[in-house]
Amino acid sequence: MSRLTKKVNSNVASNRKTLVAYVVAGDPIKELTVKLMHAMVDAGVDVIELGVPFSDPEAEGPVIQLAHERALKHQTSLKDVISMVEQFRRKDKDTPVILMGYLNPIELMGYEEFSIVASQAGVDGTIIINLPPEESGVLSDYLEKHDIASVYLLAPTTTDKRAAYVTSQSRGFVYYVSLKGTTGASNLDVNDVSEKLFRFRKISQLPIMVGFGIKDAATAAKISGIADGVVIGSAIVKLIAAHEDDLESATSEIVALLSGMRASMDESSTVLK
Amino acid sequence: MGDKPDYTKQPRAHQTGQSLAANGVNERISSFPDDDGHFGIYGGRFVSEILMQALAELKSEYERLCHDDAFQAELKSDLANYVGRSSPLYYAQRLTSSSGGAKIYLKREDLNHTGAHKINNCIGQALLAKYMGKPRVIAETGAGQHGVAAATVAARFGLECQVYMGSEDIERQSLNVYRMKLLGAEVVPVTSGSRTLKDALSEAMRDWVTNVDDTHYIIGTVAGPHPYPMLVRDFQSVIGKETKTQFAEMHGGLPDALVACVGGGSNAMGLFYPFLEDRSVRLIGVEAAGLGLHTGEHAAPLSAGNVGVLHGNRTYLMQDENGQILDTHSVSAGLDYPGVGPEHAWLKDIKRAEYVAVTDDQALDAFRTLNLLEGILPALESAHAIAYGMELAQSMSAEQAIVINLSGRGDKDIPTMAKIDGITIT
Repeated sequence: MSRLTKKVNSNVASNRKTLVAYVVAGDPIKELTVKLMHAMVDAGVDVIELGVPFSDPEAEGPVIQLAHERALKHQTSLKDVISMVEQFRRKDKDTPVILMGYLNPIELMGYEEFSIVASQAGVDGTIIINLPPEESGVLSDYLEKHDIASVYLLAPTTTDKRAAYVTSQSRGFVYYVSLKGTTGASNLDVNDVSEKLFRFRKISQLPIMVGFGIKDAATAAKISGIADGVVIGSAIVKLIAAHEDDLESATSEIVALLSGMRASMDESSTVLK
Repeated sequence: MGDKPDYTKQPRAHQTGQSLAANGVNERISSFPDDDGHFGIYGGRFVSEILMQALAELKSEYERLCHDDAFQAELKSDLANYVGRSSPLYYAQRLTSSSGGAKIYLKREDLNHTGAHKINNCIGQALLAKYMGKPRVIAETGAGQHGVAAATVAARFGLECQVYMGSEDIERQSLNVYRMKLLGAEVVPVTSGSRTLKDALSEAMRDWVTNVDDTHYIIGTVAGPHPYPMLVRDFQSVIGKETKTQFAEMHGGLPDALVACVGGGSNAMGLFYPFLEDRSVRLIGVEAAGLGLHTGEHAAPLSAGNVGVLHGNRTYLMQDENGQILDTHSVSAGLDYPGVGPEHAWLKDIKRAEYVAVTDDQALDAFRTLNLLEGILPALESAHAIAYGMELAQSMSAEQAIVINLSGRGDKDIPTMAKIDGITIT
């Protein structure tokens, strides 16, 4: 069983809600990323989503767009991101790492080569935002062969019929994009999310992580009450932007944010037990 | 890996020099795309999950309305009475004499309402929005021509309209920005990335992701996710249909070659499409070579780019060795885009169409020549087609004939030209 499936399933079995943290690799400098990944794990993060910088991040809101721009100022490439994972793996053999980004850099590297080098470096999964399962047959075959999970998205606009198809293709878990809109958008409606998850649960047994619009410990706790886990992205990236010149502070604030989320998620799942 | 092709490993048709038949494409070329929007390996639907449902709905609505008499009648009536179609096919006698060689005909899309071919597509898509019950439309624009056309049809149909435009372009194209405001549209400045057309397109997609319930996105060219490349081509193919009929009446038979400029490629696709099965007709797309293909300062992905995925489709792109999209350069803002419609990418690979590139300087010369010889002020985009068309005509015999698509008029480019000539216009 892969590292990702193992982690997510054991969390589900022990009723520990999975905390997924997203940062853009190389934001604001390449040297920060691996250190930050370790610090986030220490703060209670279960799975890391590492953003692969792209010049045209179509689905991102302003906060994460700027992170991509910062990372590209010093040309953080897909190869760089993969070697960051390799470096991370020297110390951490357990925490699953998912690369999240857009198809073009992978397309240019070549599907097979990407699958081989990413797998060797210790990458456990991919979320390719502009690659719906309909278009990903060839790539997902290579990824599967090299034991990398293709994680797909569900959205508020996804119909039941499509949800059945998407969840049948997704590995490890399925990522529910809880808002219509871009990353970092506001106005998350917990009741609405709850209704949608109820619908998707009837369609598939796959664990569901919810992302988009989760900004603080209170929201994280509420959402983790109805989902298998939460994904925190823009809230972390915002702290990097705010402390771009003082990365020690950025790191300690991110650790504080994530520890707080971990604590309130654990508390709420204890209550539910 | 089963029998699925690996797009990133198999040698591509253009690399192996295979013909259409050798690639196993036996269907009519004009029957593409397939049901999922693929032209060979190109096109498709590379978007976030949030848009998949909207694209599926758009496709089924569009296919239904293709056979809806009321929709077709309304479209036909607006093309005639609002756009002013059909546009003339004009025999450019003095341009022909000056070039020496094949007869040069100009398809006068510059005479359409709002001054370019863009309105053909906008009328069609605004009607789509109306029939789909979407009260709001959005559009991206570079030079402002598509933005103006979208704002125009929004006014015509009483739709709310927001146009995304790079902040760099807003400064360069203040006239069109004001024009859109007069038409009641809101122009939204885009400050991300290179602050030009490609970023405006990304931002419009972000808007659509957020407001997909009540909003139709009017993409201005034959790019984007399926069904856009198909439906924009279909709305623009009125250009080629008219050309075919008009040429047969004026000259007889079929032209020997068609020439059109290619940015995203909608005017070219509109002209080419009705001629795809007429294999004797050469189809030639003219890209912007900017300062020259060797300088890297250009906007010619078909001539000097490679295959990738951007803005919802797989196509030729200008990108660096890490797959990051490059900034482009062309004197004409309408050609200043790092991608190109997927059908062009495919027509290039299967060798049904040819693609060449013309520099800024060559286009500027053609711009002046057409003014002096024919009294026609072409858009700088169209001047690229004129430049290559004159060269092509020269290499052909007097018994032959070519049609150049004069896709737009050049009033918008007068400030650019004046600046180049060192003249201050107040």
